Amino acid sequence: MRLLTLFLFAATFVSAQVPFERIVNADKEPGNWLTYSRTLDGKRFSPLSEINTENVSQLKVKWAYQFKDSNIEVSPIVIDGILYVTGPNAAAALDGRSGRSLWKWKRPLPGDYQSIGFGHTNRGAAVLDDKLFVATLDGFLVALDLKSGAERWSAKVLDYKLGYSMTMAPLAIDEKIVVGVSGGEAGIRGFLDAYDARTGKQAWRFWTIPGPGEPGHETWSGGDWKTGGGATWVTGAYDPELKLVYWGVGNPGPDWNGDMRPGDNLYTCSFIALDADTGKLSWYFQFTPHDTHDWDATHVPILFDGEVQGKKRKLIAVANRNAFYYVLDRATGEFIAGKPYAKQTWAKGLDVKGRPILTTNAEPTEQGALIWPNLNGGTVWFSPSYSPQTDFVYISVREIGARYFKRVTPYRVGTFFPGGGEDELPPDDTWGAIRALQAETGELRWEFKLFSPPWAGVLSTAGGLVFSGSDEGNFYALDGRTGKPLWDFQTGGAIGANPSSFMIDGHQRISIAADRVLYVFGL
Amino acid sequence: MRALLIFPSALFLSAVFAVPSAQTASAQDAPVEKPDLAAGKVIFEGHCSLCHGIDGGGGRGPSLHRTKLSRAPDDKTLKLLIQNGIPPEMPEGWYLSEQDIVNVAAFVRSLGNVPPEKLPGDPQRGEAIYARSGCATCHILAGKGIGFGPELTEVGARRGAARLRATLQNPSKTIPEEFLLIEAVTSSGQTIRGIRLNEDTFTIQLKDMQGNFYSLRKSDLRELKKLRGETLMPSYESFVSATELDDLVAYLASQRGQP
Repeated sequence: MRLLTLFLFAATFVSAQVPFERIVNADKEPGNWLTYSRTLDGKRFSPLSEINTENVSQLKVKWAYQFKDSNIEVSPIVIDGILYVTGPNAAAALDGRSGRSLWKWKRPLPGDYQSIGFGHTNRGAAVLDDKLFVATLDGFLVALDLKSGAERWSAKVLDYKLGYSMTMAPLAIDEKIVVGVSGGEAGIRGFLDAYDARTGKQAWRFWTIPGPGEPGHETWSGGDWKTGGGATWVTGAYDPELKLVYWGVGNPGPDWNGDMRPGDNLYTCSFIALDADTGKLSWYFQFTPHDTHDWDATHVPILFDGEVQGKKRKLIAVANRNAFYYVLDRATGEFIAGKPYAKQTWAKGLDVKGRPILTTNAEPTEQGALIWPNLNGGTVWFSPSYSPQTDFVYISVREIGARYFKRVTPYRVGTFFPGGGEDELPPDDTWGAIRALQAETGELRWEFKLFSPPWAGVLSTAGGLVFSGSDEGNFYALDGRTGKPLWDFQTGGAIGANPSSFMIDGHQRISIAADRVLYVFGL
Repeated sequence: MRALLIFPSALFLSAVFAVPSAQTASAQDAPVEKPDLAAGKVIFEGHCSLCHGIDGGGGRGPSLHRTKLSRAPDDKTLKLLIQNGIPPEMPEGWYLSEQDIVNVAAFVRSLGNVPPEKLPGDPQRGEAIYARSGCATCHILAGKGIGFGPELTEVGARRGAARLRATLQNPSKTIPEEFLLIEAVTSSGQTIRGIRLNEDTFTIQLKDMQGNFYSLRKSDLRELKKLRGETLMPSYESFVSATELDDLVAYLASQRGQP
């Protein structure tokens, strides 16, 4: 009887290694990293403090893992000493002590697959119960057995021949896996999907470009909505109390020619809040109505509770690609605060509802219009971080303008649909920074300048540190209160990924991917 | 969505992220429509003329008034080159559609019908002036000289004659980005002047005129000056006559590397 009990217990454990409660209560196990941003609120903050401002100068490489592909953008999932990493159509489990692989999985990419507007990449996996969930470039959500990498199920999310793809890490919410799509440069009609984590059956779909008869459709003309863009290519956040899924929506199509799609073009360049059970829209907030710069709102939302005019509020914050930082009420979408965090020349400011007031030189032209920021914005897909120790939001900022051009591009299924483009400024006219903003207001607290506009996200830790990387391969730590540099390491490859932190054998580790190598550091 | 260029939706090193490396449909595919020279001219003037000149006669980039383009012997190669660029000098045309590329490639080919600029100087005399003017103390040409300044072996294929003349007359106006002059003062008070070979947020690497390499951490420096607009190359306008300058330009313009 006792043996039987033990067996049953073991069976239960195996089938539910990471129940949703573990993800919701991630702060109870700070040595693990169970969802893309560690916690569902998108903060990318580690409560670990073994590595801190006093000893970070002693940080050393513990091991490195080489991928087959270059430009790796993964943020690993870490469960009880095992790292789960992804590349394009690939995944692996790594021994956290040695970096040696425990299993590998790869799904062949069809010969006619094309990435339209981005590179072949993948930013990470999701975990729930006994499965790892990976989104593939050619449009499948695949559930892998955590112990072996064998496929449990795969669901076809999209048709890549229409220009769709997937690069983001899925988000596991209660019993469901949420995935978004790429393809905003290919005239897709964007959507966000949820699938039953056990079976792979679709639970709901929210179209980010409303069809005829749906609210918001009036912000499009004629058939423009059919190629309206609105990709959802960066992982969102989740509030398990409000049961709302928060997700950023990308640019309208074509990107740079607004004449081809008059109107505000909802829900492009917006945050949407969806009911987790039904996928129905609870609220939306559009940062850049009728965007003509490719300023996707595809960012990881930061959910935090703060005080506004003396009252505790449930808030959501984002440093948007359009160079403004926004704070909204996350229950209602109400605009609370907003101000520029990077150089911008397209808006005089925001009105009381947060809608931009345009300057006279805000649109691409036939001859080219010089506008800040460039198409990659004040920041891009890589993650910001929020530290409850400082109440600062840390952002990787890109200071770069461009000459924006408007062109006429006819739509052809499954091809590049830009409607223009841009010429970037020469390298020495551009630079970057890590900026610390007061979370509730966006007030600048400090800045650390970077040689060039970065492509790396930010991690903050309870050790009082902020980690990020540079395009020239520097991985570095700053003092979270002052921005003072405390440590740096030359990885040898451009860093276009997010740092993370976890524990191996009871000791804190920091990881970062640089080009084709994943580095893990410790004391 | 692009992130880019060095990569996209945010496209990619800087190139890696930033630009959508996304290469879209391949340039060698058959065009959707026949080339439209007028449309190609608009794209050329908007994106290419900054380096190749508004009439394609060259500038920072080479003249396109020639029937044979050394980097693009056939149309397929030309279209790929327009699409992918020539890093680091020529940016990629990631945002151009297949038809755009067909149009601009046809326009570039049409520039080959423009007779090449007749240069007034004599290349042979120019070679002698080059030899006696000390150019080889800083430049390597055809394997000879000292590699402090840019190599000149193929300079005629990279630069238009007007640009070469402007550089000889006023070199500080046309300094290539990879030859930025730096002055660094170390904590011990040593001053180092040299060319920037590489730089990141925390370090900088220099080479002085004697060919010594310096690896410096920025936090250790008392001063770090980027001497934009300064160069160690003298203006040759005061050294040589107008005729000799013509000869020198003709000689450098003829340096096109191996055929």
